[in-house]
Amino acid sequence: MNTVARSERWSGYALLTVMAIAVVIPFLSVFLASLQPAGTPVVGLTWPERWSWDNYETAWSVAGFSDLIRHSLVIAVGVVPACLVLAALAGYALGTMRLPGGGAVAAFFVAGLTIPVELIVVPLYFDLRNVGLTNSYLGVILVEIALFMPFSVFWMRTHFRSTPASLVEAARIDGASSATILVRILLPLARPSLMTLGLLVFMWSWNQFLLVLVLIQDTTKHTAPAGLGFFVGQNSTDIPTLAAGTIIVMLPILILFVVFQRSFLAGLLQGAMKG
Amino acid sequence: MGNRPPVRDRRVRGRSRWRGYVYVLPAFAVYLTFAVLPALHTAYLSLFEWDGVTLGDWVGLGNYAEIFQDPVLRRSVFNALVLVVFFSFVPIVLGLLSTGLLARYRRPGMGAYRFLFMLPQVVPLVAVGVTWRWLYGDDGVVNQALRLVGLDGATRAWLGDFDAALVAVGLVGTWVLSGLCMMLFLSGVQKVDPSLYEAARIDGAGPVREFVAVTLPHLRGELAVAMTVTTVAALASFDIVYVTTNGGPGEQTTVPGLLVYRLAFSEGKVGLAAALAVVLGCLILAIVYLINRLSRSES
Repeated sequence: MNTVARSERWSGYALLTVMAIAVVIPFLSVFLASLQPAGTPVVGLTWPERWSWDNYETAWSVAGFSDLIRHSLVIAVGVVPACLVLAALAGYALGTMRLPGGGAVAAFFVAGLTIPVELIVVPLYFDLRNVGLTNSYLGVILVEIALFMPFSVFWMRTHFRSTPASLVEAARIDGASSATILVRILLPLARPSLMTLGLLVFMWSWNQFLLVLVLIQDTTKHTAPAGLGFFVGQNSTDIPTLAAGTIIVMLPILILFVVFQRSFLAGLLQGAMKG
Repeated sequence: MGNRPPVRDRRVRGRSRWRGYVYVLPAFAVYLTFAVLPALHTAYLSLFEWDGVTLGDWVGLGNYAEIFQDPVLRRSVFNALVLVVFFSFVPIVLGLLSTGLLARYRRPGMGAYRFLFMLPQVVPLVAVGVTWRWLYGDDGVVNQALRLVGLDGATRAWLGDFDAALVAVGLVGTWVLSGLCMMLFLSGVQKVDPSLYEAARIDGAGPVREFVAVTLPHLRGELAVAMTVTTVAALASFDIVYVTTNGGPGEQTTVPGLLVYRLAFSEGKVGLAAALAVVLGCLILAIVYLINRLSRSES
């Protein structure tokens, strides 16, 4: 390898490293700010003289992050399993059976990938209010399931299409019903795909903001991001406490990301590809 | 399709083929009820002047006419298009640049970069917004860095500055989306047969020619994906803008998403909000269609 090529390679790494630093500094900055004494003016990146973890306690109790996080979890617990079950069922039929008009139905789901929350949120508020589903987690859960359904169905359909047809064929000849084939043979094989989908859906549910802002106007019922958004408006001068709240909202998803790095990354990249 | 089964058999099979829809039905019902019908309902509402309380008045396409005449509404669409530059164009250029520089070698250490670059993708955009609000503040890191290199004159409250606010918001999008573009392109280029690079090198191609002749054509699919995802993120942006500037100063950073929310839920102009949402939806659909069309016809 000649010197030109080597300099080229190092310039590549140099660019990546500059970008990596640019990615890290904001995280570092907000983390360091969260450790400064509450209520003090903070300047940029400053190493705290004393690590004041009490900002986290303040944010947790005063801003009510324990409730906010609980509400977010309640919604995610409603959304994730439902998405997995519904998408597995639909993806199974659309991916392995020759349904009349199946292609059109699949395309109809895919078209949903382009629906932004803005397009549906206005009538949803009025319609759900009429049936008593505003300020209720059930309302948010149902809408989120619907919003994530296009991607979820597409994801599972792609998965089931790639499983060998001979497997299904053999079971069918043995007299297995379509439900048995799904439960006994295909679902155990689909575990990695289901897990990745579950992580992505959890992430989207956790990060959802506009929908919650509109459908849950009772601030005592807010989720973590909505609570944080509200907190900023009220409490923008106390940087350390605000920073601690921000970290608290980021933390659950960051922990999942660290633990399930591989599935998460694969999901994000392939997910984008499929979107 | 070609060789038909005997008639009786076909009828039985015909019925059982429909039976598969039992599996599709639950997903379809939820999707239809809570996403598709509301979208259609939005289109219907957009034809009325309605304050959300009393009876609405039919105005036909009046709300749409207002969108094209009202400077604030027009401005929001314009701002969204400016954001496309920062959410889409810049991240894609950065992604291509790094891919160009790294494509020809097996690269150790990519795992760590991958992890770091995806971080902004996974955290809530609200938290991203709060973080950058602080970075852009008087005492934030941006001004601190400027003072450090002696550019004290350039410091300002970025998000409150009439000329700088939109760019500042845009750069938050650049921060969020660059990593995704980069990782997409880098994983795309790994599928390129290394012998193509060898062949190009033997032909005496320099790094630039090699990028244009070998790397870029193989990234067509990834490019289409990156463009789609980032453009939609720009056009449908809400979280970051809401938290950082809430549209200000003046109307410098208002985006359609923000106005849909504001018009419908604090100004009582539900029909107008719905019309703006429909325009936004159509804009997204048109751009996604266009990108897919272009990437398909060229490949």
